[in-house]
Amino acid sequence: MAELAVAERQEIPCQVSVPWNVVFSVSWSSLRRRFFRSLITMLGVILAIAFLTYMMVQDSVVDALLEARIEALNLLLQKSGVDVLAVQGTDTMMILLISLALLTCLVGIVNAMFMSVSERIKEIGTLKCLGAEDSFIVKTYFVESSLQGVLGTTLGILIGLVVSVALCVGSYGGYVFQYFPYGAVLRAIAIALAIGSIISVLASIGPAYWASKKQPVDAMRVEE
Amino acid sequence: MSDGIIIRAEGITKRYVMGAETVHALRGISLDIRRGQYVSIMGPSGSGKSTFFNIIGGLDKPSDGEVAMDGCRYSALSSSQMAWVRCHKIGYIFQSFNLIPTMTALENVAIARIFAGRAPADARKDAAESLGQVGLGNRLTHLPSELSGGQQQRVAIARAIVNKPAIILADEPTGNLDLHTGEEIIALLGHMKDAMRITVITATHDMKMLSASDVVVWIADGAVKRMANRDEVKIEIGSIDGHVT
Ligand SMILES: Nc1ncnc2c1ncn2[C@@H]1O[C@H](COP(=O)(O)OP(=O)(O)OP(=O)(O)O)[C@@H](O)[C@H]1O
Ligand SMILES: [Mg+2]
Repeated sequence: MAELAVAERQEIPCQVSVPWNVVFSVSWSSLRRRFFRSLITMLGVILAIAFLTYMMVQDSVVDALLEARIEALNLLLQKSGVDVLAVQGTDTMMILLISLALLTCLVGIVNAMFMSVSERIKEIGTLKCLGAEDSFIVKTYFVESSLQGVLGTTLGILIGLVVSVALCVGSYGGYVFQYFPYGAVLRAIAIALAIGSIISVLASIGPAYWASKKQPVDAMRVEE
Repeated sequence: MSDGIIIRAEGITKRYVMGAETVHALRGISLDIRRGQYVSIMGPSGSGKSTFFNIIGGLDKPSDGEVAMDGCRYSALSSSQMAWVRCHKIGYIFQSFNLIPTMTALENVAIARIFAGRAPADARKDAAESLGQVGLGNRLTHLPSELSGGQQQRVAIARAIVNKPAIILADEPTGNLDLHTGEEIIALLGHMKDAMRITVITATHDMKMLSASDVVVWIADGAVKRMANRDEVKIEIGSIDGHVT
């Protein structure tokens, strides 16, 4: 019996790994069919990135309007609380606020993903019974949560942009379009996109790894 | 003689240590299961059926003892090889169906085929064929939530057989189904056993499930109390029916 065991062991191959396009489509369909659940997970990212975009765009527009040096416009700026004479530069208070918002966002995604994993312990166990390896689970959860982050970031940028332009137009009227700082706003969008994506990808690592360590026996033990 | 044996369990014990207390879920089970048989494992609740199933299915490790499939010991396998065995050699069926809720019937079956290394398009074709075999050829695009319990269990059977496994492990496959649907599921499992030469191992505490069985094993308090083949069981069921009616 022992000799037989050795012979058979060599015949058992290793499990093949699942291609990335399959991982991607599994994650995508999970995201799509759990849309409202995903939206709630995304809400933290959406709000934080909307706030970041809003702050940056607002800042660029005000800078551009100050540069214009128009008497009537300076009056409008003063009325809405901008210190026309101050040296331009980024406010430390604003940086602090933005950092706080981003930290909240990071914690929010991690928390929401851990919740989502613990809701799906049974699903993970079942996939392992079907022959999934840890790496497949890591990849699907990582892709799902990163996709969520990038989608949330995009939505947040759109919202932040619309709100800040609308508020600026409300305060300064047509001047905003006349002196619109396209370059600076594009740069702000790029920064927000990069920060949002990096944060969501970072936040996905822990929960994805944790998900992959769930054991197949858990598929049976969890009650409905 | 020994090549007729697909699963050999030798001296399996399982202890759960919970604080100061130790639960002896299995107290040394040795059992040979022959290829192509339909084995029912009977026993009262808490007797250790699920624990034994998880161990012979390679989902859990015994405290002592060895399980070998086709002469190959689980303890000698790497985790990747174990995943290969689960994928190619064993089909699992659960009491609560365990379909992936975000996947359609077709996708639920196809994913098992993808784990076996098939390209997605081929996997879908195989999955559709497998669903046809369990009578769900017209329900391919339904989500589990859009299917009845019996239909969900059929999808689970299609998923279990799609990789042409050597054995099917079904822990109380009819536990969440009504009597009639349960009988249909048992008949379907019996049919798969004959049509595909799959060894079927089920756990139950329902006497009515015994009719399809070749061998019945009674477990009580973590040990095998008795084994019987089909003919002995038939007589017994007859006498039990006599008592009930
Ligand atoms: N994870 C665990 N930790 C501690 N004890 C456990 C665990 N799993 C099972 N047990 C114990 O092992 C024994 C056997 O449990 P098992 O689930 O195998 O019984 P069963 O025969 O499947 O029962 P049922 O018919 O109700 O499903 C029980 O006493 C149970 O309390
Ligand atoms: Mg059980």
